[in-house]
Amino acid sequence: MAASAIFLMDSKGKVLISRNYRGDVPMSVASKFVSKLLEEEDMNLKPIIEEDGISYIYVKHNNLYLLATTERNANAATILLFLYKMIEVFNEYFKELEEESIRDNFVVIYELMDEMMDFGYPQSTEPKILQEYITQEGYKLERGVKGPVLPSAITGAVSWRKEGIKYNKNEVFLDVVESINLLVSANGTVLRSEIVGAIKMKSKLSGMPELRLGLNDKILFENSAKTGAPKGKGVELEDVKFHQCVRLSKFENDRTISFIPPDGEFELMSYRLNTTVKPLIWIECIMDSHAHSRVEYLVKAKSQFKGKSIANNVQIIVPVPPDADSPKFRCTMGTCKYAPEKDAIIWNIKQFPGGGKEFLMRAHFGLPSISNDDKPQNKPPIMVQFEIPYYTVSGIQVRYLKIIEKSGYQALPWVRYKATFAVDKCQQPNKYVLQLCDQVFKSLVEHYLASCVLQSV
Amino acid sequence: MSDSKYFQTTKKGEIHELKEELLSQKEDKKKEAVKKVIAAMTVGKDVSMLFTHVLNCMQTHNLELKKLVYLYVMNYAKNHPDRAILAVNTFQKDASDPNPLIRALAVRTMGCIRVDNITEYLCEPLRFCLKDQDPYVRKTAAVCVAKLYDINPELVENQGFLDILNDMLGDSNPMVVANAVASLTEIDEVSKTEVFMIHAGNLAKLLAALNECTEWGQVFILNALCKYTPRDSREAESVCERVAPRLQHANSAVVLSAVKVLMKYLNTVQSPDFVKMYCKKMAPPLVTLLSKEPEIQFLGLRNINLIVQKRPEILQYEMKVFFCKYNDPIYVKMEKLEIMIMLANEKNIDEVLLEFKEYATEVDVEFVRKAVRAIGRCAIKIERSSERCIQVLLDLIQTKVNYVVQEAIIVIKDIFRKYPGKYEGIIATLCANLESLDEPEAKASMIWIIGEYAERIDNAHELLGSFLESFKDESSQVQLQLLTSIVKLFLKRPKDAQQMVQTVLNMSTQESDNPDLRDRGFVYWRLLSTDFEAAKAVVLSEKPLITDTTSQLDDLLLNELVSNISTLSSVYHKPPETFVAKLKGLNKRGLRVKDEEDDEEPDYVDDDNLHNNHGNNNNQHGGNQQQHHQQNQQQQQQQRQGSLIDLGLGDLDLGSPAGSSGGFNSPYGSGGGYPQQQQTPPQQQQSPSDLSFLSFDGQQQQGGGPQVQKQILIGSDKGQGIQISGAFARYNGRVSLELTLLNLSGAPMNKFKIQFYQNSFGVAPVEPILNCPAVDNNQSVDVSVPITSNGQIVQPLNTAINMAMMVLPSQAKFYFQMTFPYQVLFNEGGQLDRENYLSMWKSIPDQNERSKDIQIRLQQFDVDSISRRLQSRNVFEIVRRKAQNQEMCCYSVKTDNSIYFLVQLTFVAQSRVVRCEYKSPAVDFMPLFEHTIDLLINNQI
Repeated sequence: MAASAIFLMDSKGKVLISRNYRGDVPMSVASKFVSKLLEEEDMNLKPIIEEDGISYIYVKHNNLYLLATTERNANAATILLFLYKMIEVFNEYFKELEEESIRDNFVVIYELMDEMMDFGYPQSTEPKILQEYITQEGYKLERGVKGPVLPSAITGAVSWRKEGIKYNKNEVFLDVVESINLLVSANGTVLRSEIVGAIKMKSKLSGMPELRLGLNDKILFENSAKTGAPKGKGVELEDVKFHQCVRLSKFENDRTISFIPPDGEFELMSYRLNTTVKPLIWIECIMDSHAHSRVEYLVKAKSQFKGKSIANNVQIIVPVPPDADSPKFRCTMGTCKYAPEKDAIIWNIKQFPGGGKEFLMRAHFGLPSISNDDKPQNKPPIMVQFEIPYYTVSGIQVRYLKIIEKSGYQALPWVRYKATFAVDKCQQPNKYVLQLCDQVFKSLVEHYLASCVLQSV
Repeated sequence: MSDSKYFQTTKKGEIHELKEELLSQKEDKKKEAVKKVIAAMTVGKDVSMLFTHVLNCMQTHNLELKKLVYLYVMNYAKNHPDRAILAVNTFQKDASDPNPLIRALAVRTMGCIRVDNITEYLCEPLRFCLKDQDPYVRKTAAVCVAKLYDINPELVENQGFLDILNDMLGDSNPMVVANAVASLTEIDEVSKTEVFMIHAGNLAKLLAALNECTEWGQVFILNALCKYTPRDSREAESVCERVAPRLQHANSAVVLSAVKVLMKYLNTVQSPDFVKMYCKKMAPPLVTLLSKEPEIQFLGLRNINLIVQKRPEILQYEMKVFFCKYNDPIYVKMEKLEIMIMLANEKNIDEVLLEFKEYATEVDVEFVRKAVRAIGRCAIKIERSSERCIQVLLDLIQTKVNYVVQEAIIVIKDIFRKYPGKYEGIIATLCANLESLDEPEAKASMIWIIGEYAERIDNAHELLGSFLESFKDESSQVQLQLLTSIVKLFLKRPKDAQQMVQTVLNMSTQESDNPDLRDRGFVYWRLLSTDFEAAKAVVLSEKPLITDTTSQLDDLLLNELVSNISTLSSVYHKPPETFVAKLKGLNKRGLRVKDEEDDEEPDYVDDDNLHNNHGNNNNQHGGNQQQHHQQNQQQQQQQRQGSLIDLGLGDLDLGSPAGSSGGFNSPYGSGGGYPQQQQTPPQQQQSPSDLSFLSFDGQQQQGGGPQVQKQILIGSDKGQGIQISGAFARYNGRVSLELTLLNLSGAPMNKFKIQFYQNSFGVAPVEPILNCPAVDNNQSVDVSVPITSNGQIVQPLNTAINMAMMVLPSQAKFYFQMTFPYQVLFNEGGQLDRENYLSMWKSIPDQNERSKDIQIRLQQFDVDSISRRLQSRNVFEIVRRKAQNQEMCCYSVKTDNSIYFLVQLTFVAQSRVVRCEYKSPAVDFMPLFEHTIDLLINNQI
């Protein structure tokens, strides 16, 4: 079930640092993996491969490869997740995990690797707790006086929070971040829309606070409706995932989200729900391509949100053939530029009013007279990004956040909502109207949650 | 301050300088030096020559320095085992340091040093640390036991560490429990004996710890839960209830492990509503896996593939989540495609086809091909969608993209095989693309289509003729197909193809050095020259329809893979033993083989009593081979003479064309990349009894082990070329299943796996993988499978045991049944003394007494010989009394699972009837026992 060794490698496959946990797989196999990597095109190599009885499990991060090897029928999920956890911990320690930061911190990395995994079994991986006793400045260890003391949290029931945290001002910040995936069919109907959201928390609370979070969860609402509690519009969450601090069995029983938060920033929960969402900015693109001479685009963008709202910093990215040249643009709003490094036109609109407003953009490119027609061209989707202030998507609301700590301090909970929209793809059957894809919308809502309930005991 | 400066040492004399620095009195200097050493180690320089110097720095109060030195020792102790001993003192001192961090560090590091003389010194500190007051030390020590076991299993067993680990399952700290679980699971995997038993007692402890331990600990515990089989539905339900909240965990490894537990326990749950509810609970978490990082998506999809096969209801409505995204990595797209095919049904097929069509226009060639193939598979899977699928394929052919066209033609051929006579209208379109074909498989498919529908294609002879021109340059796949198609054309339109058939037969038989092609050519030639009508009946016979089973794993394998969810096995869709060398039993097997070879061969079977006329077919392969050899020679000789008609083969069975045509009419011979086809295998001429004359009578079996009369379990006709015969035997106090595997499949087989279904005797193989070498074609091998009898016992009593045998790596599987001979369970230790016999007889209530008159069917008999025979089968005589004209004997029998039978036989002089009175606590087994005694007395087993 366990990993035998873990390697951190640079983009060329040179081992930067490695740790052999079990000694059953020779460390030289790393070079076998590298040759395998070079054989395959970038990104095409499966993340889990086996050769000569040795399994290689890897993830890529910032031009680095994190590789784990094993010769057993190891738990692949655990190993993959552990590699991601390593990235998270290293990021927490060195801001950014990259070749340079590994070199600069190799001593700490060795220490962390020793502490996070034992004999191939993941152990403590909570960055906040690790930072308690593995630090970048070496301790002077005077016997019995001071030195790194083992945080009791490491093996305690609350393995993610140390005791004795003290803040002068007790505050909690909640960020509700949502992104929407839309799948649009050829005739423009939305096949599938899915909201993937997360509630991120930044806790600056003293002591060991008990928190209870109340959402407008539909199931909870229906339950409480029976007992005569106030009704409201609930959101039906299809799947919820919680940070390990949340008591899962309690949620299973009565849908209450209760927890002792880790200190600082963390993702409290993530959720997924299927609802019908229409694209907030609708893009149509007509491409008129004359092979060997020129290609013309007509892009129409239309807002489909309420007239009162305004979308800010709209960016529409229209891909063009890689061999296109001499761009010419004309647009009714905003500015256009050609980004040859992305093979795309970028159309920026500072403010896009709602209520069915339409803008047009025309582009004209020359095409080389000789080209290879045989291969079908890669047809990347059109991307759209923007933010709309004061706009909510799933309708999820934080109804209350109760904070209970035995010292009885007052704490201020703050909530803000953020949402990213992503439309996956959509195609037009018409020969000229080629493709209209991947619109990414973004809206940002930020306000103080008035309905926060403060409680102190 | 950055550490990167430690890497910047390239000057000469560096090692010497480091030595001096390491000897420095100043702690800071030492630390700097050790850091430099570690940096050199990191970049791969050999710094092992500094071992003694670095070791000198070990005794320090600076924790950072200590850790670095430990790291160095871990890496280089192997190179200096003699000097590593110098570190022991410090390790032992550190293991009793007041700071728990240092105690744990010392034990952890010592466990990683795989040097014998260090290991010896590890036991004492480890024992203390396992009982340490600090949970951090205890949890580290728990893992250390597994490390030690890896180096020296006997030591761990002798020191009683396994018992301590088992006690730790009840530790107050969840993290200690979790690590003890991980450690025990690991040891259990490689140990010969079962060291980690989950029972009702510790199940509750594990479930309690599950709620409190870290995410990784939860994974360890969930995996361990899969080892336990719930006693009843109620217990299974309660575990499901406790595990289900884990589905909400943010860590996907926890989620997948929880899914694994649920999949297992739901098998035991009886309430359909409960199963339905939990299936519903599993769907959203599985779908959420697809919103994670691509690597996790890949892992998730491979597992979802298994789950969909096992319980299709879980994700039946989730088709859309598997639609590929533009920026999905190719390995994710491929997996999604596979699952889309599985989930496709009449309701969603339109949507799915639109997707497939779109994928077929993407850039990645592999993916495009798979998408085209997916359309074909949907057409075969869902009859009502076939027309739409064909339409999509035609649209794709219009794109004229070379590889799309070729792939489309290959799948259209399959569709023709599934729905003959339905879509021939499109043949013209296909023929229009003839020129663009350059891949053998596509060419062969097109040629097959032309041959199959020759009567509808006016210029079929021209088309085939054009291929014939380049016959010699084609791959064998195309050649074979061209041969068959031209013969078909000739049979359908003799005039058009007279010349062509002559040419192709000539080229196949005389100018080719490919034996397959030559043989096929000869068969056709002879067939055509003997009887035109018969040839028609054979070649143009109706072909069996194909079905889409490409993605289906067989049940046994699927169950095994589902029980391995979230492991590598589930990613590869291969059972663990196919890629893991170090598994339970493999080590053990070696030991066992040695034991058996030392043993003498016992005489178990009375030679005069062979009822089975199958003969000793164990050795028949020798003769078989010889026969083949002779035939071949004969054949070759006659080929040289060119006289086809005179070939001394018997008449072909024209009465059953379907049977014999299977090999000829498939587009490119049997098995040529044609996974869907379910051909009826050609009738095997060799039934085992026919071959018995080939056996070498009286030849002794090779090797040790009991000699028993083996019964044919699977003939080579059913077993895809493997013939299995076997019998149960008892030998030196051990029960085994003696098997003979005869490979007639034409390809070597290298691994076999056997499984017993639950049975009334609780018998099962000690390990599923057979301990036998690879079996080459036409070879046979004898293998002895050790059997245990402490498995679960199923009521009501049934003497038959269902078994399954799987051949690796082909994963072909066969099912068979054997009657279990009860007497092999009779234990050598069943002899009671007179007092015990009497007291036991009295203690068993009278309603457990049976009596029966047994007819003796032997020609001659006397009480002595019968008693001796019984004794030799572990039916022990206690006492014998003669009175008047009768003789009374008492016997005792004990089975391996400690059931006693007490028997009294009363022989009456001059009578062929013996009265049998017997008692046993196990009423269920009494009829069987009675039957067994009857057979034993009559010397029939």
